Amino acid sequence: MENIYLAIPLSALFGSILAGLFGRQLGRMLSHTVTILGVALACVLSLVVFNHIVLDGNTYNGAVYTWAVIEGIQFEIGFLIDNLTAMMMVVVTFVSLMVHIYTIAYMHDDPGYQRFFSYISLFTFSMLMLVMSNNFLQLFFGWEAVGLVSYLLIGFWFKKDTAIFANMKAFLVNRVGDFGFLLGIAAIYVHFGTLDYVEVFKQVPNLLDVTVTVIPGEEWSLMTLIAILLFIGAMGKSAQVPLHVWLPDSMEGPTPISALIHAATMVTAGIFMVSRMSPIFEVSDTALSVVMIIGAITAFFMGLIGIIQNDIKRVVAYSTLSQLGYMTVALGASAYSAGLFHLMTHAFFKALLFLAAGSVIIAMHHEQDIRKMGGLKKYMPITYWTSLIGSLALIGFPGFAGFFSKDSIVESVHASNLAGAEFAYWMVLLGVFVTAFYSFRMFFLVFHGKERMDEHTRSHLKESPLTVTIPLIALAIPSVIAGYFIDPIVVGDFFKGVVFVDPAHTAIAELKEGYHGVFSFMLHGIMAPPFWLAMSGLGLAWYIYLKNDALAHFAYNKFRWMHTILDKKYGMDSFNQVVFAGGAIALGKLLWRVGDRFLIDGLIVNGSAKAVGFFSGILRRIQTGYMYHYAFSMILGVLVILTWFIFGSKG
Amino acid sequence: MIPLSNFLILGAVLFSISIAGMFLNRKNILILLMCIELMLLAVNINFIAFSHYLNDMAGQVFVFFILTVAAAEAAIGLAILVVLFRNRRTINVQDLDEMRG
Amino acid sequence: MTETIMSDISRALPEIFLLVAAFSVLLLDLFLSKSMKIVTFLLAQLSLLTTAWLVYNRMGVESIATSATVNNVESVQYALAFSNMYIKDALSDLLKIAMLLIGSAGFIYTRQYLRDRNMFSGEYYALVLFAILGMMIMVSANSMLLIYLGLELLSLSMYALVALQRNNGRASEAAMKYFVLGAIASGMLLYGMSIIYGLSGHLDLTGIAEYVKSSGMTKAGSFDLGLLLGLSFILVGLGFKLGVAPFHMWIPDVYDGAPTAVTQLIGTIPKLAAFGMVFRLLVEGLGDMQTSWQQILILLAVLSLAIGNIIAIAQTNLKRMLAYSTIAHMGFVAMGILAGSNMGYSATLFYTIVYALTALGGFAVIMMLSRKGYEADQLSDLKGLSQRHPWMAFMMMIILFSMAGVPPTVGFYAKMMVIQSVVDANLAWLAVYAVILSVVGAYYYLRAIKIMYFDKADTETTQAETGHKIGLDSHILLSANGLSLLALGIMPGALMATCVAVINVTMK
Repeated sequence: MENIYLAIPLSALFGSILAGLFGRQLGRMLSHTVTILGVALACVLSLVVFNHIVLDGNTYNGAVYTWAVIEGIQFEIGFLIDNLTAMMMVVVTFVSLMVHIYTIAYMHDDPGYQRFFSYISLFTFSMLMLVMSNNFLQLFFGWEAVGLVSYLLIGFWFKKDTAIFANMKAFLVNRVGDFGFLLGIAAIYVHFGTLDYVEVFKQVPNLLDVTVTVIPGEEWSLMTLIAILLFIGAMGKSAQVPLHVWLPDSMEGPTPISALIHAATMVTAGIFMVSRMSPIFEVSDTALSVVMIIGAITAFFMGLIGIIQNDIKRVVAYSTLSQLGYMTVALGASAYSAGLFHLMTHAFFKALLFLAAGSVIIAMHHEQDIRKMGGLKKYMPITYWTSLIGSLALIGFPGFAGFFSKDSIVESVHASNLAGAEFAYWMVLLGVFVTAFYSFRMFFLVFHGKERMDEHTRSHLKESPLTVTIPLIALAIPSVIAGYFIDPIVVGDFFKGVVFVDPAHTAIAELKEGYHGVFSFMLHGIMAPPFWLAMSGLGLAWYIYLKNDALAHFAYNKFRWMHTILDKKYGMDSFNQVVFAGGAIALGKLLWRVGDRFLIDGLIVNGSAKAVGFFSGILRRIQTGYMYHYAFSMILGVLVILTWFIFGSKG
Repeated sequence: MIPLSNFLILGAVLFSISIAGMFLNRKNILILLMCIELMLLAVNINFIAFSHYLNDMAGQVFVFFILTVAAAEAAIGLAILVVLFRNRRTINVQDLDEMRG
Repeated sequence: MTETIMSDISRALPEIFLLVAAFSVLLLDLFLSKSMKIVTFLLAQLSLLTTAWLVYNRMGVESIATSATVNNVESVQYALAFSNMYIKDALSDLLKIAMLLIGSAGFIYTRQYLRDRNMFSGEYYALVLFAILGMMIMVSANSMLLIYLGLELLSLSMYALVALQRNNGRASEAAMKYFVLGAIASGMLLYGMSIIYGLSGHLDLTGIAEYVKSSGMTKAGSFDLGLLLGLSFILVGLGFKLGVAPFHMWIPDVYDGAPTAVTQLIGTIPKLAAFGMVFRLLVEGLGDMQTSWQQILILLAVLSLAIGNIIAIAQTNLKRMLAYSTIAHMGFVAMGILAGSNMGYSATLFYTIVYALTALGGFAVIMMLSRKGYEADQLSDLKGLSQRHPWMAFMMMIILFSMAGVPPTVGFYAKMMVIQSVVDANLAWLAVYAVILSVVGAYYYLRAIKIMYFDKADTETTQAETGHKIGLDSHILLSANGLSLLALGIMPGALMATCVAVINVTMK
């Protein structure tokens, strides 16, 4: 099996290298063939691994290559393959494969065709390295590598100013998160003396009472500190408030990567990481509360912004933010299995929604404003039906994938007894209404109602080609059926031995207790508030945007202040722009003038360079070219050594 | 019987003379080559003296090797000297300073 | 009796084979016409590779017979021959293989260069083979006599090689300087050896080590003054061979004056042999005097790092710059040895092998840029290399980065391991000092890279170069050479593990 594990990431990497370095020689056709074959192979092998690990009940933990040994600490490349990894591998490779196929049509006319394929294969490789890792070093490598590809792809159209801006923003915001993450890893390295997951988890119980002093006079529990630092990393990558600002802007990149990276896989890396680190998080209630509250805020408030967005991709992006918030809340409530379950279902239906949005964008000739769409149902039936499935899954309509995962999250938050659980419960509950409202607002505006596009566009409207619709259909299937795996995944033993839950955190246990099969869960769901909230959101959207659009104008006029707040995204972007960016630039200018130009450049760098150069000129004169001087230097050497031995030391 | 120290002092004196010769002589490379021979001879005296007083033949065998190598060394040294003279028309140590710095 | 001789011969078979091969090359060459010299080349190449194969094939074969377990942990494996004068162990095997392979690579690099300069002859190849034989003997010596003989075989061949271009004034001047200084150094080494011999009554290193252990100390707890006297002179000889300050003076002039093919030889393999010799004499012979020689090596390392890195900045001649860079690198080698731990020796072994590989590529680029009647040994010859030969410029960049110690090249890892071992030896200040001077040193490497990538080539150079063809073999080899520096930097594990294992089974 070891060879198979190795082959999975490498086959993606191989395709990426071929398409990246030899793309011009290979041409478009061959480039996409090799990358798709590479990812397809990875996908098939992942299924084999899934079969071997999950169904046959094996786990694997081993090093493939020892990169370095420093002071007895091994820096290795190694794989830890268990149920969690196997699930992630299947999700990543499957969605990636779909996106690869989809890209053939979507990027058809783009001059950077081969480059794009190379990037997305490279992304698949990095993401696989991240999820398959068995140590923090490799985790960090994968973490940074997926980030790198993400920046490359956000700025894929590097001639577009907004894309460059979004690119830089993503990079800078992720720096903040990664800094916390790196500090967390460093703290682990210092206190545990190893970077291997298993070794670290084994030592957690011994280090419960250790405290560290970060600010003088303040004693912090080491485990809480580590957990929060790691979570800051997750906040950056999984776009949690306040480090979420980069994700909506990342929609400047091509749509396939919005689906793959900024919805289905990379942004869930933070969720994956926290679940992987569950033995660390579980020992700190403080950290869990922080996780839950941050997640709750993200889930609700980001959903609200989604209501007023008019760019089709931005609506889906804010919905992604909100759904990531849901997953995070689940983690905070110790319902890791529910969070991971939502991660999986979300990967399918959100990728589906993005690809459907892309399909609409192709048909609309790259028009993304939903106010200029409408009535697309009759032109694009496949896109319409798959979008409907995706939207229903997203709002948690009973029977669809999102229903099961979202309901189990809401239920487990309800059952959680941590500080802040009450607040989180209300947030996620209201979030359900908001989700339904903005999802169907977009859905109705795009596919129903008046056809608001111009005549030229309308005359060209047609369903997208097969390479687009096949991935849509392929993703629609799991968007419906994936929910039925709730039985093993959430309440069953799927994550037994993978995620660790402190018995005091009873959320999942209570969920299990009240669970009596899929259909009773559904039945129960229909009678519970989330369903009615979702239905009222859906209904309201229908009423406002299809039935009585005067109401929309009325509400807009009446609640203009609120619209402004949402439109400004709570002022966070402006705040960052003025305080952090502006402040940093001002500080930078100051340091540049005084510190850099004068002190460092003037005195230290140029000064020392001049001094060294001066000495160099003098010292080279020692080398006179005369042999007797050379001999003299040797004799002097002997004399110095002898003197040293006779007088210098008594050792 | 002459004590060992006398031999060692003789060796050390010869060694010092050879080093002084190398340093003081700034004219003729040939003299440099002679100094090198002298240095090896000083070493030989040391070895033989030790060998004799230790009653160990190995030191004297070493001396044979040193003598052989010294002959080869002299041959190569003189050969280089000839080549040098053909190129530069001088064997003055002070003139050998084209490369420096 | 016959049995001992047979086993002696079988243990030293690679050396004996190389000796016979060198004579055969020399003799056969007499009967070859000028157009047939390629046969000499091939034969010499074959000799090296066969010898390497012999060493490889016989690794550990004889050693197991005399393996001993020390501290119940590592089994020390070695085999002695010729009345304990010759030793075959893991260290000698590794060094020999490295030397032979680098020598063989050097032959490929130098073929075109030698042809252009009428040096493509039997003498060159025979002398190189003898030099390599000398080095093999040096690293396999278990007696001061054998060390001396190996050293002289190497040195005498080298003197002749430097002066091989008979009508080259600079080369003969360099040869003269090399010869005189080298003779002084070996005289001093011999003087030191005679004193050690007189005190201990032994020529073989094992006996000397026993003597130092049992009766080297005076009652006051310091070493016998006579031993220290001997050690001082031996350190001079070693310092000269390594090329550490203040015994470095020959290096810039010889590197500069010698034909680049010979410079490449001097700059690569003898460093490995010097490490072997230092290890045999200081660690195996006088290992118990570590506290004494450590202080001196600190002094030499400090001086070398300063002199090498600082004077290199003022150089305009590429070969001379690399010469000073060698001095700085040898300062690092001295640092690793003075740490006095297995880790330090392993790091140094790794460092030396890596340095030899790096220097091999650096001089190869100079040779590939040189053409008939023109030596591209000035820094300005690198101008615009990235436009003229982008791939070669890239390889040269890797080489220079590796010398400067920039990750991810292997030079970084090598430096890091040495610094690590010095820190472990409680000499943190020395590590900081080495890092600071490495930063100073980075300046001249980066300047060379800047010249390659940002300066425009002169039109004359570009014109003169048209028609100058570089052999495909050199190109392929240079690519492999450069990329291996990169690959080793990313995955140093295997080579480092080998070095650690070799030192662990070699330390007695």
